[in-house]
Amino acid sequence: MKTREPIITVSHLFKKFGSFTANDDLNFTVYKGEIFGFLGANGAGKTTAIKILCGLSKPTSGEATIAGFDVYTQTNQIKNSIGYMSQKFSLYEDLTVYENIRFFGGIYGMTRKHIKEKTEQLLNKLGLQDSAKKLIKDLPLGWRQKLAFSIALVHDPKIVFLDEPTGGVDPITRRQFWNQIYEAAAEGVTVFVTTHYMDEAEYCDRVSIMVDGRIAALDTPQNLKDTFHAESMNEVFIKLARNAVNNE
Amino acid sequence: MNTVVAENISKSYNKIPALNNINFSVDKGEIFGFIGPDGAGKTSLFRILVTLLLPDEGKASVVGLDVVKDYKKIRKQVGYMPGKFSLYQDLTVEENLTFFATIFSTTIEENYHLIKDIYSQIEPFKDRRAGALSGGMKQKLALSCALIHKPEVLFLDEPTTGVDAVSRKEFWEMLKSLKSAGITIVVSTPYMDEASLCDRVALIQNGNILKIDKPEMITANFGKKLLALRSSNIHKLLSDLGNYQYCDSVFPFGQYVHYTAKENQMNEGELEKYLLSSGHEHLEMKMIEPNIEDCFMSLMNQTA
Repeated sequence: MKTREPIITVSHLFKKFGSFTANDDLNFTVYKGEIFGFLGANGAGKTTAIKILCGLSKPTSGEATIAGFDVYTQTNQIKNSIGYMSQKFSLYEDLTVYENIRFFGGIYGMTRKHIKEKTEQLLNKLGLQDSAKKLIKDLPLGWRQKLAFSIALVHDPKIVFLDEPTGGVDPITRRQFWNQIYEAAAEGVTVFVTTHYMDEAEYCDRVSIMVDGRIAALDTPQNLKDTFHAESMNEVFIKLARNAVNNE
Repeated sequence: MNTVVAENISKSYNKIPALNNINFSVDKGEIFGFIGPDGAGKTSLFRILVTLLLPDEGKASVVGLDVVKDYKKIRKQVGYMPGKFSLYQDLTVEENLTFFATIFSTTIEENYHLIKDIYSQIEPFKDRRAGALSGGMKQKLALSCALIHKPEVLFLDEPTTGVDAVSRKEFWEMLKSLKSAGITIVVSTPYMDEASLCDRVALIQNGNILKIDKPEMITANFGKKLLALRSSNIHKLLSDLGNYQYCDSVFPFGQYVHYTAKENQMNEGELEKYLLSSGHEHLEMKMIEPNIEDCFMSLMNQTA
């Protein structure tokens, strides 16, 4: 459930690589329990910004806090407060379901007892009790994805970053995955998501669209469609992004 | 003449079936799309058609040549763009293109007219190494390399995956101009909305073709009434519709929910009464035409 309690704050954030400005004066706030869509063309500067928000890279100037922690000085606390999942990297294929949970739980410093409890909870919820000893590579893609999301939440992070999480799955599995996202948000987890599926942008509480390193628009999907006189988010996106200089 | 024909093609890996008795044909000059998720079998099928993989069963021909017997001849007449970027990362843009032209005993100059629209966009970077290109530029270079020997047929395996909406739109415009140059195009994509850009599509899932037709015919043959609904609480709307006794399917679609009723049980008045009594506010209901994604999910449910 969306609240008015800020969980990510970004103020006048700049990131430069030599003479190239990848993030050009970003300003936004994300609230606890919100599903926040972070869209932009390839090359618009999304990945650069996400790396900063995850504590993997430092801004050139400006301020940002994640779950109250500063991106310059408290990157370890940030990493403990967030979960991360992408289509490209999620789970270790040659480890079993159980081994993956234990591995990620261990990385986040959870006790053995806590990992054991969490594992049972998680497998019950997904109906995967019989698959705990199966290798990830033997699971269907849809299951891997649901499991990867659950594991990104195993240490009860305040925020979860999803970087194009639904690429390549069938439309029914994609919707089941979004259902999981809604459930997590309802429990107070903040969800920060990037996607190239514009219909998914409409499932977000608010959406920002980056063009050439700047946030060109930020609002609810309905307000964006009204503002740009567009029928769909796809139309909004194309109207904003087609004149970009850096969209390759 | 059919440019590509597949008859009863099957393929398994360690007894796990990847393709199940696949049959289709592609007309000359057509844009034919395979629409389906990862693991549907699209890449296996493409690899069989471009002679990089042998089928376990069945026959296939490309430009009238057999994919097993005549593989050497086929390779001269098809262009293939694999899903994974597979140009030489350490060669420059121009070196890659020259390399592919030379392999096929031609030159960039000879077929420049074919690639001009696409290649001219990356030509300013012709001295850059391919590995240092952005995603969109790699895609354009790969397409140029697949075209440089003037193939009869182009096989493009997921050319737009992971590409943003603007670049995807541009890519499809390039394909249209290649089609008007007389090239037959077989393309695969996981994006359902790209189906409408093909002349005909095959919907594919778990190694089975669910349907082959013109996209507008697939949606026209949906066979059920489709209702789009929204209310101030979409999650409650989804579960209330799912629990409704006449519900056949209910799926979220952006800010709306798409609903179909069991056979001949669509009664909007009754449904509205039910939803209002369940406490829905700002309820909006309208009959709509299905899109390809509606059809795909309906076909998935029929075969499941």
